[in-house]
Amino acid sequence: MTSPTTTGTNLAFGQEFHLVCPRITRTTLALYAGASGDHNPVHIDTDACHAVGIDDVFAHGMLSMAYLSRLLTDHWAQEQIVSFEVRFSAITPVNSEPTCTGTVTKVDDSVAHLDLTVALPDGTVTLRGAAVVRLG
Amino acid sequence: MTTPIDPSLIGTRTDEFSTSAERGRLRFFAEATGQTDPRYSDLGAARAAGHPDLPIPPTFFFCLEMDNPNRGDFLAQLGVDVRTILHGGQKFTYHAPAHAGDVLTFWTEVTDVSSKKGGALQFIVRDTHVGIAGKPVVTLTSTIVVRDPKAAL
Repeated sequence: MTSPTTTGTNLAFGQEFHLVCPRITRTTLALYAGASGDHNPVHIDTDACHAVGIDDVFAHGMLSMAYLSRLLTDHWAQEQIVSFEVRFSAITPVNSEPTCTGTVTKVDDSVAHLDLTVALPDGTVTLRGAAVVRLG
Repeated sequence: MTTPIDPSLIGTRTDEFSTSAERGRLRFFAEATGQTDPRYSDLGAARAAGHPDLPIPPTFFFCLEMDNPNRGDFLAQLGVDVRTILHGGQKFTYHAPAHAGDVLTFWTEVTDVSSKKGGALQFIVRDTHVGIAGKPVVTLTSTIVVRDPKAAL
């Protein structure tokens, strides 16, 4: 990735953008915990999970939102993002390989609206959201 | 039984705190999130793209909010056990760019309190306003879900 490649002039209703994430390993979660400052043990410590009846660690929701953010900044300069929101709907188990999808739902002269999802290979949607990007 | 959250909480505000992101912290975040775009880790690439320094990426403001030295107080004062909460949703509304080294000021206001399923699920919505020297940079809207651990959902 070098620079954003999408402009308003070539966006169409229904157009999709994808980002396939690499496997979210325990190392990924340890690095994200350190880098984000979110040290909640349910993401990094299986012993702590077992103590409260959780089978295994699971990914930080905000890690998936960071992947969606990459999907946006791969196509638009960050200054073009007006708003970006998600709801967290399911847990992302460790060793998942989620896919981020952005779908253009509306384009007008100055802004594009996108629906956003993060889904697991079995179809489970883990995050659902939307973004507005300024064009041009 | 989780204590019902008093709707009079709406409108209450936290004290301000300030923080900033060093370049190394932003490079670590880029590595941890698989971000290989050099604008987020290489100063020359960031400057070539028109940034005065490494840009703070879209979701990193959420991480900086955790620099609040009193961040545990809010739930503790409500009597909410952190093990019973879920992050229900997150929104960012962007007003102006921010970069490594900028001094960012944060303050948070409760904007809504509600419940579902007879109080088994309670929702707290908070807006965090982030600015540089009084100029707005981003507004974070966070929804926290408080589960009654004894309720069957």
